[in-house]
Amino acid sequence: MRKNAYIGLAVLVVILAVMPFIVPNSYYLDIVIRMCINAVIVLSLNLLVGYAGQISLGHAGFVGMGAYASAVLPTHLGWHPLPALLAGAACTGLLALIVARPILKLRGHYLAMATLGLGIIINIVIRNEAAWTGGPDGMPVPSMALFGFELVRDIQWYWVIAVILVLSILGAINLIDSPFGRALRGLHGSEVASQVVGVDVPRYKAAVFVLSAVMASVMGSIMAHYIGFVSPDVSNFFHSIELITMVVVGGMASVFGSVLGAVLLTALPQMLATFEGWETVVFGAILMLCMIFLPRGLVPTLAARFTKGG
Amino acid sequence: MALLEVCDLSIHFGNVRAVQNVSFSVEQGVVYSVIGPNGAGKTTLFNLITGIYRPTAGAIRLDGQDIQGSSPDALARRGVARTFQNLQVWMNMSAIENVMVGAHLRLDRSMFKAMLRLPALRNRDRALREEAAELMRFVGLGGYVEARADSMPYGALKRLEIARALAMQPRMIFLDEPAAGLNPKETQDVDALVRRIAASGITVVLVEHDMKMVMNLSDRILVLDYGKRLAEGTGPEVRQNPEVIAAYLGGHA
Repeated sequence: MRKNAYIGLAVLVVILAVMPFIVPNSYYLDIVIRMCINAVIVLSLNLLVGYAGQISLGHAGFVGMGAYASAVLPTHLGWHPLPALLAGAACTGLLALIVARPILKLRGHYLAMATLGLGIIINIVIRNEAAWTGGPDGMPVPSMALFGFELVRDIQWYWVIAVILVLSILGAINLIDSPFGRALRGLHGSEVASQVVGVDVPRYKAAVFVLSAVMASVMGSIMAHYIGFVSPDVSNFFHSIELITMVVVGGMASVFGSVLGAVLLTALPQMLATFEGWETVVFGAILMLCMIFLPRGLVPTLAARFTKGG
Repeated sequence: MALLEVCDLSIHFGNVRAVQNVSFSVEQGVVYSVIGPNGAGKTTLFNLITGIYRPTAGAIRLDGQDIQGSSPDALARRGVARTFQNLQVWMNMSAIENVMVGAHLRLDRSMFKAMLRLPALRNRDRALREEAAELMRFVGLGGYVEARADSMPYGALKRLEIARALAMQPRMIFLDEPAAGLNPKETQDVDALVRRIAASGITVVLVEHDMKMVMNLSDRILVLDYGKRLAEGTGPEVRQNPEVIAAYLGGHA
């Protein structure tokens, strides 16, 4: 299983390596960059939802925390962007750790509601602290400098983000097929079985929740620096839903499903832009069809068909 | 001193007294069976001892130390393993991975080392896979080493749970109806398997309805009825007990 995943990753590396040379213009490069950012965020959410089986409808809140840490700390306190990013990730991780135990005791709809509430609270705080965050209008984000050279051009961003994506996927593949990862997947299959073989269930839930939140926060920071602007929408409920939809369409508990889900649903609104006003309807219809005909998501369904045929 | 001592154990769910003042003790290395009609409280008793439920009253001692109220994972750390009457297999994993998780407590579970997949972890994982395959062969699942858990038949899943429990290298294993729903041939295999487990030095506590198997295997038997201890003793003692006969064959036997 891991061997196939490594092959998949190699293919992805090749695609990422040639991508800048085949995209016709900077508009498309921008979309590819957004796809890559979303892919990492969706992967982080898939570790939590798909592998560990803990639903979260507030993931955008964590993305927002990272994004605003990278906007607020350098702008108002004159921090260097890198420590700002790390501080954002640390705060997000800490928040996730604090809420993990009470929240992750809940299951199913209750857990969905609790995470939804958490996301909304973060969104409201960002909206209301206008003196710091610019409120509903959002705020500009200073540019990112890495080891002395400033990231300004899209192509520079592309390489940085592509490397992050590849490393995230590699880490996820390794994690899933390890004692930690198997214990994590056990939570999804049967919690009581996990307990009786000695898995400290609350601890594992908290660990994956924090990991997922920190990854989202880091990508939020990177997205903010890349775009150069943040608005509270990055942390709102609809963004959370968008992320969970990417997980479900691509495939729960599938690393490459996360990537495919992010790619398709990042491209979709762009392609539907010509429908003017009807794009949400088409978007919804595609999702419904996916749910009805591909409930396991694209990649797992296709993988199952492929192995059956071969 | 007995390995496991249960003293005056009770649990009430509202007005239902599922287990009432049950006492017994299990010596190291024996096969101990718990029998009784449906609803007698056998599985509840297992759930109490293995930490799924918290007792209303009474004490449970493992090696002389109180363990009532301990969580299942704390008990796992003390060498207590179990299987479930209604299967608790991880259907989202392969069969062999199910067994590999059984070894959870013996492994390096660091998240960061896992992401980097350092050589030590890689080698340990390979050895673990071999060990798990060996256990699957031990329980008679040699043909399912490559299988997905959700593609296996019921009887095989029952044994997969036993393999997973054995991967914990427990001192004590609680088997909740390992032969339920199995055909006579499969039941015989499970009978032989329980013998092999006991022979390897693991203390076995068994809940089972198959009387032939229970009488064959058990060093001692506890009979429960309506949550109370009806009788306790060796197979022949229990079989001749008039109250046991009455409970099994109806009030006027």
